[in-house]
Amino acid sequence: MANILTARNVTKTFGGLVAVNDFTLDIAENSISSVIGPNGAGKTTFFNCVTGFYKVDEGEIIFNSEQIQNRRTDVVTRKGISRTYQNIRLFSNMSAIENILVGQHPRLKTFWAEAVWKSKRFRNEELTALEEARRLLRFVGLQGMGDTLARNLPYGAQRRLEIARALASLPKLLLLDEPTAGMNPNETGEMTRFIQHLRDELGITILLIEHDMRVVMGISEQVTVLDYGSKIAEGSPKEIQSNPRVIEAYLGRGAASGLKAGKR
Amino acid sequence: MKINWKTTLRYGLIGGVSALYFSMIGMVELFAGRNLIGTTVNMGHLLLYGGMLAAGLLAARAHHQGKLAQHAVIGLVAGLSAAIPTALLVILHEFIPMQDVFVSVNNALIRFLTFERGLPGLLQFFLASGLLGLLGGLFDGIPTDYRRAVGTGLAGVAIVAVFSDLVTQVLTNLFGRASVNIFFVSKALKPVIALVLLLAIAAFVFMRDRRKANAPAAVAAAPLDKRAALRKQVILFVIIGALLAIAPWILGSFLSQVLFEVGRFVLLGLGLNIVVGYAGLLDLGYVAFFAFGAYTMGLLTTTTNLNLGGGVFNFWLALPIAVLVSVLFGVLLGFPVLSLRGDYLAIVTLGFGEIIRILALSDWLKPIMGGAQGVLFIPTPEIFGIVFDSPESMYYLVLAAALVAAFVSIRLRDSRLGRQWMAMREDEDVAEAMGINTVQTKLLAFAIGAGFSGLGGAIFAARLGNIFPHSFNLLISINALSLIIVGGLGSIPGVIVGAIALVGLPELLREFQEYRLLIYGILLIVMMLNRPEGFLPAEVFKRELHAGEITEPAEVE
Amino acid sequence: MLRRTLSRVSWVDVFLRIFQLVAAVVILIGLYKTFTTARYSSEQWATLAFAGLAQGSIYALIALGYTLVYGILLMINFAHGEIYMTGAFSTVFLAMYFNRIGFLQSSPVLAIIVLILFSAAVSTSIAVLLERIAYRPLRNAPRLIPLITAIGASFALQYTFRGLFGSQFRAYPDIAVLKGTWNILGFDVPLVQPVVFLAAVLLMVALYWFVERTKTGKAMRAVSEDKAVARLMGIDIDRIIVSTFALGGALAGAAGVFNGLFRPQGVFFLMGFFPGIKAFTAAVLGGIGNIPGAMMGGLLLGLIEALGPNLILEGLGIPAANQLKDAIAFLVLVLILIFRPQGIFGERLAEKKA
Repeated sequence: MANILTARNVTKTFGGLVAVNDFTLDIAENSISSVIGPNGAGKTTFFNCVTGFYKVDEGEIIFNSEQIQNRRTDVVTRKGISRTYQNIRLFSNMSAIENILVGQHPRLKTFWAEAVWKSKRFRNEELTALEEARRLLRFVGLQGMGDTLARNLPYGAQRRLEIARALASLPKLLLLDEPTAGMNPNETGEMTRFIQHLRDELGITILLIEHDMRVVMGISEQVTVLDYGSKIAEGSPKEIQSNPRVIEAYLGRGAASGLKAGKR
Repeated sequence: MKINWKTTLRYGLIGGVSALYFSMIGMVELFAGRNLIGTTVNMGHLLLYGGMLAAGLLAARAHHQGKLAQHAVIGLVAGLSAAIPTALLVILHEFIPMQDVFVSVNNALIRFLTFERGLPGLLQFFLASGLLGLLGGLFDGIPTDYRRAVGTGLAGVAIVAVFSDLVTQVLTNLFGRASVNIFFVSKALKPVIALVLLLAIAAFVFMRDRRKANAPAAVAAAPLDKRAALRKQVILFVIIGALLAIAPWILGSFLSQVLFEVGRFVLLGLGLNIVVGYAGLLDLGYVAFFAFGAYTMGLLTTTTNLNLGGGVFNFWLALPIAVLVSVLFGVLLGFPVLSLRGDYLAIVTLGFGEIIRILALSDWLKPIMGGAQGVLFIPTPEIFGIVFDSPESMYYLVLAAALVAAFVSIRLRDSRLGRQWMAMREDEDVAEAMGINTVQTKLLAFAIGAGFSGLGGAIFAARLGNIFPHSFNLLISINALSLIIVGGLGSIPGVIVGAIALVGLPELLREFQEYRLLIYGILLIVMMLNRPEGFLPAEVFKRELHAGEITEPAEVE
Repeated sequence: MLRRTLSRVSWVDVFLRIFQLVAAVVILIGLYKTFTTARYSSEQWATLAFAGLAQGSIYALIALGYTLVYGILLMINFAHGEIYMTGAFSTVFLAMYFNRIGFLQSSPVLAIIVLILFSAAVSTSIAVLLERIAYRPLRNAPRLIPLITAIGASFALQYTFRGLFGSQFRAYPDIAVLKGTWNILGFDVPLVQPVVFLAAVLLMVALYWFVERTKTGKAMRAVSEDKAVARLMGIDIDRIIVSTFALGGALAGAAGVFNGLFRPQGVFFLMGFFPGIKAFTAAVLGGIGNIPGAMMGGLLLGLIEALGPNLILEGLGIPAANQLKDAIAFLVLVLILIFRPQGIFGERLAEKKA
């Protein structure tokens, strides 16, 4: 299988702090991969580099055999990468369905002023977009909640809405930043199945940051471990679980519960 | 129930301090010059004793329940204590004249406060305050349906009396001058008429509530038929349209002028609403675009030697150019502020607005922009032999422009661009991560907002016939900002209501002009503290469960 | 390598860069022409500069209020110019009274100190009241909301004081002692200017000492670093915020008296607007949240404003350049916010992209 995303020797520093250090990563198309590591290991920073929110200092990021490092965020999204956030960032004063409609933005092509005289093209596009948004809403199990303001949705629903919004741009690669943070075991199980379902159903490549090791080990085909911004291990969940350096990285910090230790 | 004296006194004191405040800044005295009912009740009374009434009412309300007599006592005490600060002022004035410093604490004020009787009149002042406080307390104690009826009646009488200008003008236009004299003495309601009006409104409200109370199930249970609701909307729409169309005939020339002002600020408000309400960019220099529109119109069509148009431009040719110039400057001034965060943006745009005004005023640009003398002799618009030279005809022009702006606003709001703006307002970073080009989106907001403002400016220039730099000061921006905030950010009906409340009504009370900005200021604070979403908040557009209907362009949201 | 550089540059940056270049070229041409035509003597330049420094020290005092509040609440107290006005406007009456009873002329130093204390007391009370009524309930609201409240407060204060004291200008009485001139470096300078300048500097030093050395000052710095941690350390946040407003108010009140002393046109209810914006400019110029920065920013702005019209605009052949004085201050604000929003001396609070 071809690689959909390749990061080569990516380095990102903030002042004197090296947040991501000479990091190299290959993500195979249609796979589910995870990036794990202790807090502050540079996982989210790496996501921010991929999505163009941060400019990388060195190295290159190749998506679909095209360099995307240091491109503007909106350009990267248009190329087919979308993401969710560690601490949910919905458009909280917009309704759920509007959130999804915003997510569809890269696919809408009509000229903005056509809305004024409602050209046929505009009407058709809006109708299709709305239809698609309703479909996505059903897909994430939020049918009937579309007109609720995003901030009024329950926590789990917000997480799923954020994923629906990310899916709306029809991404080829989906970056999930701690999709199960703050969830109870039931919800976590549901989310895990949902992520798997996403890949199987929609054929989207998924890269996630996750602290819950059951999720990581359960669904990932490839796990990458970051510590202090550098990659310390990579491989299948099995290999990672027995890798001494990984255990040291976690246990060495006094996280007595070992690999199960999450952020919570 | 025990009476909590501390709470009672606290409300009394709050009422007292506000009474003192309004007295000392001169509002009470100025308001006292305007009779409301006969010559007995004037606006000064309304302001001063309204506070006592409120003190009594709020003090009683703070006690939740209790016997009517207790309410009365609480109200009385609150009212009496509310009189103390002002009474102290009167006594102090007797010994130390302070008009040299506090210009409003003069003999006229003291005469008003003491019922023209000097220090002994204070007794009467206390009595009146106590009485009003007591009434306030009682008012809180009576059963709800009576309270609603009386309250609505009192409010109705007060509104008719305060805005008597509006009522008398309409009466004059419909039934002739004589009809006014039946109800009014100069600007005040005749006492009998006031009483009849009070009873009529109270009776009406009382009956209506009764009827509703007797048939609650029927009203509540009947699910609103969608068709019927739509029909209702259409009827409402037609009525509003008809009223707007015939308004100048009913209202006459002076009120048409007021309506023109309202329309002008609706235009400004709609434009600013796109920038602030939709896109979340607080622009305090918005007046600049209004000025660009006005100056472009002025310089292209004026008959003085400042004319840049070579005599080929009339109003209709200059109008699109004025809008275009404003749009252009909207983009140009938008450019440098793209990356500024919210509060910095506000101050930089404020700076831009002031720079433009100072430049227009300067001798440097005088050969082009006329300096302090402004641009004179701007011709009035003319089409097919109709000359727009009266307030009535200009009203139609500004109405048409406002309707176009509202239409465009609604259509854009409900489109992809509208969603882009709102997403950017909510979270700029995430909006960018949704593939939105925030640079372009911001510039579009600035440009369209500037366009509406320029349109307003061009019409304004043609209406006045001459423009001066000082017409384009910060206050225009603040006015527009206040009205969209009071109406509700992002809400189009809010803009209209805000313009009527903050521009139309003050025009009817011109004699109190000097306190207009004070009231704006207080209103902004109170709104932000208690109701930041405005009086007519923007509603969430229902999309999910209304398959098939994308947008329904109507004034009704 | 070239491609990589190009991909980092957006057309907005290009536009801003061109804008920057044009601004620089225009300023240089103006300077060049002014100096080559030798329009003014060094005497005249010195006069302008000393007046600018005195005016600048007043801006600096007001700017400190913006910076202190911004440092702690990350909010622009738009009404701060009005706080300055309340002190200056109220105190003019006391000054007139002192003049009438002869106190002002017989012991001017003591009288001026009393005036400053009075003005500071008025401004402080208004600032504290404002914080309590208008800002405190909104501390956790979205950023635009307190800003709008502040705009409202600004108008409410202006027109309240117009109602109280009337709409005409009131001039501070002349003080005979301050009428003289003083010879500094060979130039005759009106005595009032160095006096205002030195007094303002003294106050600023006192403030610096207060913030650096006293317990309350240290608590202020702690709160501006991290509110949550400061609270855990047992600092009463509300009290510190109130003290910050009070301190800013007191400095603005003092500035009001200084302004009254050296500007003959007097005070009135709208006098706070322009100095308010300019002081804000000064605060931004020096890096908002940065106390020494605000001081330097104020002095610098005073100089730019005093010299700019003659130095640059007249060189460009613009007539009546002094009319554009206020526009210069705004232009400085706009330019600094666009090109170096962290100010010359840097923001003390490095805020992440927001």
